Amino acid sequence: MNNRYELNKNLAQMLKGGVIMDVTTPEQARIAQSAGACAVMALERIPADIRTAGGVSRMSDPKMIKSIQAAVTIPVMAKVRIGHFTEAQILEAIEIDYIDESEVLSPADDKYHIDKRAFQVPFVCGAKDLGEALRRISEGASMIRTKGEPGTGDVVQAVRHMRMINQQMRQLQNLRVDELYQAAKELQVPYDLVKFVHENGKLPVVNFAAGGIATPADAALMMQLGAQGVFVGSGIFKSGDPERRAQAIVKAVTNFNDAKILAELSEDLGEAMVGINEQEIEVLMALRGE
Amino acid sequence: MNRKIGVLAIQGAFYEHIQMLRELGTEVIEIRQKKHLLNNHFDGLIIPGGESTVMGKLLRELDMLAELKKLIDNGLPVFGTCAGLILLAKNITNDKDKHLAAMDISVKRNAYGRQLGSFQGNYDFKHIGRIPMVFIRAPYIESIGVGTEVLAVVDNNIVAARQNNILVTSFHPELTGDLSVHKYFLDLI
Repeated sequence: MNNRYELNKNLAQMLKGGVIMDVTTPEQARIAQSAGACAVMALERIPADIRTAGGVSRMSDPKMIKSIQAAVTIPVMAKVRIGHFTEAQILEAIEIDYIDESEVLSPADDKYHIDKRAFQVPFVCGAKDLGEALRRISEGASMIRTKGEPGTGDVVQAVRHMRMINQQMRQLQNLRVDELYQAAKELQVPYDLVKFVHENGKLPVVNFAAGGIATPADAALMMQLGAQGVFVGSGIFKSGDPERRAQAIVKAVTNFNDAKILAELSEDLGEAMVGINEQEIEVLMALRGE
Repeated sequence: MNRKIGVLAIQGAFYEHIQMLRELGTEVIEIRQKKHLLNNHFDGLIIPGGESTVMGKLLRELDMLAELKKLIDNGLPVFGTCAGLILLAKNITNDKDKHLAAMDISVKRNAYGRQLGSFQGNYDFKHIGRIPMVFIRAPYIESIGVGTEVLAVVDNNIVAARQNNILVTSFHPELTGDLSVHKYFLDLI
């Protein structure tokens, strides 16, 4: 693809080893930045509240996003509905740094995702398996994240999705070259991307963990499972002491392999978000957009 | 010569630097904690790209800032790219925070604006020649102090410089296949 796509993949590389935090106000954005967030996701309601409120959930007010852009120096991301390319055009017009085509919002299109190659700004998309990840990349996503189950504080789906993507990549690596064509057919993805994974054992873009991460231990777990960084949504600003928890999660991502440091970071964080188990939820956001 | 290079690995694109150093046959150690600074000998250090606010904060929180500054002030060869350049600068014109404050340069953060302002191209680098340069939400150097050598200028802005043991670029050589800037750094050691 073109230079712009390379530059957009490069920005995701700079975010690696970092934590991207959901924020709803300039004040929260400043807290997130000073706690060590490598980027913020500007949205009107965090996923836990979207889940509680129900109804149709849409792109945030551009004015609110601009107030967050003005409040911080780190990259600012924002969400659009799956398939809603006009919302994406609007975010591009206000020079957003990254667009999240997100299952957290109500899908605008039940069949087609956005043609992300038509945009100058980068996109991150959710995936729960390798087929989804590679389809989003072929549509032009320059960063992937697990879908997890947003707004639950339950990390089980993020774990499942990360393990699934990595298992499927290992399987592709083990195939004979002449078996890759059939694998591409089964995964419903372009052959070239299958070949890339076969040869390199990784996605051609950065892969973060997202959905249900609520503690430093959750973040470190995802890093040990192969995530290159984490998104934390409701987990921070739904907890008792957001600033302290945010800082602890940032440090846990840097030293995800050092249990002694993780033990210190897990102390005295105040109350974690309450959370809901996957059996208790009515809307499975991860099933939106295959 | 068998040199060992430390790569600050607390956030950002440190793995890309490690890969380049390995391609050049250099031994690499990841620096994630203070004990990695204290218990290892290394001949040079790379501070990668990433978010300077995050790295600056983590250097303080992990109690590494003073130790690192001491090493650099005592002459440890160091190469900072993008966020690394910001961390090494004595003055940041649009930020009240300073970090390692080791090099006599004044830098402007996010000098090209948001991600839509990121760009790449081939430009001249003194002592090397024309090389690919990738700028991601990059800073540039607004002014330099005595004893600082300008190494590259793009559109009238300084994007690479050296002062004694410190080399900085506002672009990312580690994101291209071009090893020449890393080689230049290793040759300074």
